[in-house]
Amino acid sequence: MAFEPKIIGFLCNWCSYTGADLAGVSRIKSAPNVRVIRTMCSGRVDPAFILKAFQLGADGVIVMGCHLGDCHYQEGNYKTIRRIPFLKRLIQGFGIDPRRLRLEWVSASEGDRFAHVVNEMTEQIRNLGPLTLAVHGEMQQHVAHH
Amino acid sequence: MAKPKLALYWAASCGGCEIAVLDIHEKILDVAGAFDIVFWPVALDFKYADVRAMQDKSVDLCLFNGSIRNSENAEIAHLLRAKAKTLVAFGSCALEGGIPGLANMTTKDDIWKWVYKDSPSTVSNNGGTFPQTHSTMSEGAIEIPEMWETVKSLDQIIDVDYYVPGCPPQPDQIWGVIEYILSGKPLPPKGTVLGAGEKTCCDECPRERAEKKLKKFYRPFEIETDPNKCLLDQGIVCMGPATRDGCGALCTKANVPCRGCYGPPPNVIDQGAKMVSALSSIIDAHEPEEIESILDQIVDPLGTFYRFSLAHSILRRVEKL
Amino acid sequence: MNQIKIDPITRLEGHGKIDIFLNDDGEVENSYFQIPELRGFEQFCVGRPVEELPRITTRICGVCPEAHHMASAKACDAVFHADPPPTAKKLRQLLYNVFFAGDHTTHFYALGGPDFIVGPTAPAAERNILGVIKKVGLEVGGKVIEMRKRSQEVLKVLGGKQTHQVTSLPGGVSKGITPDEAQQIEQHCLWFVEFGKFTIQAFHDIVLKNKEYVDLILSDAFSHKTYYMGLVDDDNRVNFYDGKVRVVDPDGKELVKYSPNEYLDNVAEHTESWTYLKFPFLKKVGWKGLVDGKDSGVYRATPLSRLNAADGMPTPLAQAEYDEMFKTLGGKPVHATLATHWARVIELLSAAEMALALVRDPEITGTQIRTIPTQTPTEGVGIVEAPRGTLTHHYVTDERGIVRKVNLIVGTTNNYAPISMSINKAARGLIKKGTPVTEGVLNMIEMAFRAYDPCFGCATHALPGVTPLIVRIRDRNGEILEEIIR
Repeated sequence: MAFEPKIIGFLCNWCSYTGADLAGVSRIKSAPNVRVIRTMCSGRVDPAFILKAFQLGADGVIVMGCHLGDCHYQEGNYKTIRRIPFLKRLIQGFGIDPRRLRLEWVSASEGDRFAHVVNEMTEQIRNLGPLTLAVHGEMQQHVAHH
Repeated sequence: MAKPKLALYWAASCGGCEIAVLDIHEKILDVAGAFDIVFWPVALDFKYADVRAMQDKSVDLCLFNGSIRNSENAEIAHLLRAKAKTLVAFGSCALEGGIPGLANMTTKDDIWKWVYKDSPSTVSNNGGTFPQTHSTMSEGAIEIPEMWETVKSLDQIIDVDYYVPGCPPQPDQIWGVIEYILSGKPLPPKGTVLGAGEKTCCDECPRERAEKKLKKFYRPFEIETDPNKCLLDQGIVCMGPATRDGCGALCTKANVPCRGCYGPPPNVIDQGAKMVSALSSIIDAHEPEEIESILDQIVDPLGTFYRFSLAHSILRRVEKL
Repeated sequence: MNQIKIDPITRLEGHGKIDIFLNDDGEVENSYFQIPELRGFEQFCVGRPVEELPRITTRICGVCPEAHHMASAKACDAVFHADPPPTAKKLRQLLYNVFFAGDHTTHFYALGGPDFIVGPTAPAAERNILGVIKKVGLEVGGKVIEMRKRSQEVLKVLGGKQTHQVTSLPGGVSKGITPDEAQQIEQHCLWFVEFGKFTIQAFHDIVLKNKEYVDLILSDAFSHKTYYMGLVDDDNRVNFYDGKVRVVDPDGKELVKYSPNEYLDNVAEHTESWTYLKFPFLKKVGWKGLVDGKDSGVYRATPLSRLNAADGMPTPLAQAEYDEMFKTLGGKPVHATLATHWARVIELLSAAEMALALVRDPEITGTQIRTIPTQTPTEGVGIVEAPRGTLTHHYVTDERGIVRKVNLIVGTTNNYAPISMSINKAARGLIKKGTPVTEGVLNMIEMAFRAYDPCFGCATHALPGVTPLIVRIRDRNGEILEEIIR
């Protein structure tokens, strides 16, 4: 069976999630590989969520938020624009290709942009292949939990 | 009436936790008076055979320090879990892998190659003499434990009842825990972190904090710092925001940044993720280029943010490439 | 072949095990002292910023973190080519000497000492600090606790934390002391000197005035003719913190005196597949196996070695006792392993005297405590004397000061070969045909080990009652011939 990437998408409620909805309503075709998790703001996305997604088997993670200046909470995405590059460095240090983590600004009216980004990332992850981490093996035997 | 039985053991440890217990000074006599110490390799001559001969659950309290680095560490951990009623993960290594957990940034192969072959003082024949678990000498067979690929914390291999953090746990905190146990009061719910606070190290730190907008980071040797102002405000990476309180903020009081030895604060499972978040919130830039050049000044984020907790972090180890 | 196992060894360095093989005559064929673990500091320090190493390498040992902290600090100074200001150096040395005195105290009174003070043939239940107290008086227990308490207090002021000091940076220290703090520390140091004198007197009263013990010290079973290593200052006097490494041969003649940068020309490490630890030896002499003598590159680095390798002590009271020891034991060098206990208490006193002199130095309260490095970091070696032997930290970094290579030769490691030899020799001397292998015999074998001072001191600990050890001697078929429980 061909490899189908598992991508987790954290989408902010006000812009990106609405943009995704627009893509759907507009019947714009996009790969089904992104599992969407809605947060109120991209600034709500704790780096721990992203690491956890990789730990639990995600091949890629994408965070989408409002364009700078458009954040519903004024400054949330300013934190995101620093967090994601920082986290890319961290995961690279762990031996995970930083291209598996992506940040994109997608507004409520950018349904086609949403689809484009999803398709592009799905292809990229397909080319990178499945992500196997040492911790995946450990999780099978994991008795105590955090 | 027989005194309750106490055991202390060190796995892949440095001995600092044992010293911390002794640093309760004259109160150690109270401990010796209240408990029957049945196993403590640093101080008493009980051997592993003695522990194996004990009845299950006959040891009332076991303080287990050190991380799980090899097969012997794991074997004794399982053994003591069987023999002890209450087992406490004691000190940073047992809780989250500690400094030995930094070995999860490298591999057993790379460690062995350096130690037994490539280090400049090592004389090696035939490309290296590496340790064998079993050796047949002319007189007979001898063995040594197998070193594992990955360092683990104690609760990654056995069920742990309580946690006492710190590298080492501070003596006044240790005494507080022992005193509570000796009081006979009911123990808190299983899994509770004892001997520490419920906030972050920043809460104990006496330095003045201002609003943080950082455009530059410095390494501790690069500048002289103001002893009254928050180190992070001055551009020194300090783990205070991602570290549990309880130590008394000893390091920042000594004019050096916190490095996270009391482990993550409550409800934080990954010190690295927390520091990425915290530092990102205070970096004052939004142009991608400027952000990257500021991030370049934060050297070795993995080894700094996970200095004590790599083995217990979400990803646990660096991938073998 | 019959096999006796001691697992784990106790009242010593963390982890170790001994296997003794007996031939059919019941005599010792050979013994193996195995170190069962490796943590990999040299490798996992690669990639770390070098200024973090004084705080990472302390976790090699929680009993002598000060030693690693200082060796690391000096290596960092060298890497950055940054010379700390005089006050910073004196603060580091003050910390170091206070630590030395405290560390030697714990070993003498609670660890190796009890075997000696109470006696090797004493019941196991008395071979601990309680037995020591019974022998020399109740006051002693309290005094030893007080010694640890005072020295740890000083270490907290100077080092930030009692265990795992944090205050050294490349080019200096992170905090100084106020005149008030200096005064308090001075009071402690005066107490330390008195305690040192007291300990020397205790050693005389209990050990030296007992002919049986003196005979034991001088016995052949506990003697090796090896090379001796220790740091000395420009006048060839013992210095724990700084200087050059001097090595003398079994006759006491100087073989070499090398500076830290030259350590690789002088020391190499031999590997064996049956243990995780390597065996350092002198390159100029060569590795000839686990044997004594001038032709064997085996050397010892212990308090006794330091006194053998130097021409004297740097302080007057200790010097007097130094002279007394060599006079009593028949001149230099002394080969008797158990004399290490004597050398240790002499060093205890010397460290106390040094600390007192340092804290009285007017520069100790100076405010210039940092030299900010300006040169590009490259490579550096830092050497100090750890209480249990010469400690070498060698770092190579990139141009940003990120560590590329680390090589460490640690105190106890120096002595791995001689310790193995001491165990073997003691076993051969004590286990003879027809002699039952009692627990007292086993303890005497462990005594050979304990004189070297494990990397782990366990202080003022009241050790109650039973110290059982079960030894099963099996024949070739695994049948139990004899079982001894102590």
